[in-house]
Amino acid sequence: MLKITNLHATVADKPILNGLSLTVPAGEVHAIMGPNGAGKSTLAYVLGGRPGYEVTAGSVEFDGVDLLGMEPHERAAAGLFLGFQYPVEIPGVSSLQFVREALNSQRRARGEKELSGAEFIGLAKAEAAALGMDAEMLKRPVNLGFSGGEKKRSEMVQMGIMTPKLAILDETDSGLDIDALKAVGAGINRIMRAPDKAVLLITHYQRLLDYVRPDRVHVLNNGRITRSGGPELAHELEREGYAEVAA
Amino acid sequence: MTAFPTRKLEAYRYADVDALASVWSALASPERIEIAAQQKLQQIWLPDADPVQVRRVEIALEAGASANIFALNTATTYGRIEIDVTLADGAHFGLDAANIGGGGSTLEIVTTVRHIGVAATSRQTVRSVLGGKAVGSYLGKVAVAREAQQTDSVQSVKAMLLDRGATANCKPELEIYADDVKCAHGATVGELDPQQLFYAAARGLDPAAARALLLEGFIADLWTDIDGDDQGIADAARAVLRAIA
Repeated sequence: MLKITNLHATVADKPILNGLSLTVPAGEVHAIMGPNGAGKSTLAYVLGGRPGYEVTAGSVEFDGVDLLGMEPHERAAAGLFLGFQYPVEIPGVSSLQFVREALNSQRRARGEKELSGAEFIGLAKAEAAALGMDAEMLKRPVNLGFSGGEKKRSEMVQMGIMTPKLAILDETDSGLDIDALKAVGAGINRIMRAPDKAVLLITHYQRLLDYVRPDRVHVLNNGRITRSGGPELAHELEREGYAEVAA
Repeated sequence: MTAFPTRKLEAYRYADVDALASVWSALASPERIEIAAQQKLQQIWLPDADPVQVRRVEIALEAGASANIFALNTATTYGRIEIDVTLADGAHFGLDAANIGGGGSTLEIVTTVRHIGVAATSRQTVRSVLGGKAVGSYLGKVAVAREAQQTDSVQSVKAMLLDRGATANCKPELEIYADDVKCAHGATVGELDPQQLFYAAARGLDPAAARALLLEGFIADLWTDIDGDDQGIADAARAVLRAIA
């Protein structure tokens, strides 16, 4: 599903990713853990195509296609979902309008029929209910005045509506209380645990991994993967710290 | 009948006087609206298809009267909305207006709000979205007479520039002779937020659709206070935004 080979990337001419290689097969959930400044968010943004994050070497294949050759909106239409660590507020635009236009834009790009207003509202309400979010909140401007937990639930509602093939979730667990953590974890499992889907969970802590069991855990340090292992590696990291395990 | 203005006059300093000359004969005397005590008026000013559209209106409000104007200024060559308002005791004037244009259009909203009675209120909200080499201006003067105590006036002016060649002029101006008044004014000029644009792109919106949606959000508050049918002003604004985004 995702094949990253020897990826090098810079931000403002500063090298952040230094030869990162990683393969996530369909049907699997992989976690990327690492200390602050390891390059976790940079990896997420590079995969999402954020301007200012420049790839200087290496390649990324998504479902057999060159991901780096696509614009950010084309990546979304191809089935990539980037869950933001800090979901962005958009004043004056309701979540319903935002997500509906985004979804229909993806569907047009894939040659699929657009959803009608009624079809979309039904889908949005069902996803909000599944994530334990009041559907009334979707009428409010995108992420405006949402708490940290509400923003992350809202990201998961968007993911549920868009049903991507690959989700890259950047610190989706940060800022969540225990109830929200459970709801978000259950949402990731429900939406993304399927033979034809994959997840790259980028996280600082092990606690989300209690709810979303990863198939593989990778340690990112200084812009490259320094260790990979099974789920037990996350516990080892939690016990002994990054300095011990990933050095 | 007023003499044809030149750009030496402050209220015409950004005007397209050549375009103005083509329509001046019909406009030299402004339209006059008088609102009797305690009466309310709401008007929605939609653009038409003419490349040059100029509207000059004088509004006189008696005690306790109110006028709320919602205006969309989108002429492709020159659009000018000029309003001169006089407020008696407790009267209210509201203006929610947008200048939206690209290409080489010149769009301006020029207001004079004269508070002559006590405790009158005025609220002006103007949003400009300018692409290409468009020039959008708001020149707004609030004049508070010596007798007009407890005046409460707000001018909120924001402009969004889409291209390097676009220009916004924002000039809220206060002339206050009373001492117990509240006159707030704010003016900002900015451009679309790259983080918002990337967030929208990451959700699948192509660049033009993302810009259009953010711009709709930028002007969304203008039409929320319309009483009853908006006569299509929100849709008309959306169509122009989509064309220049």
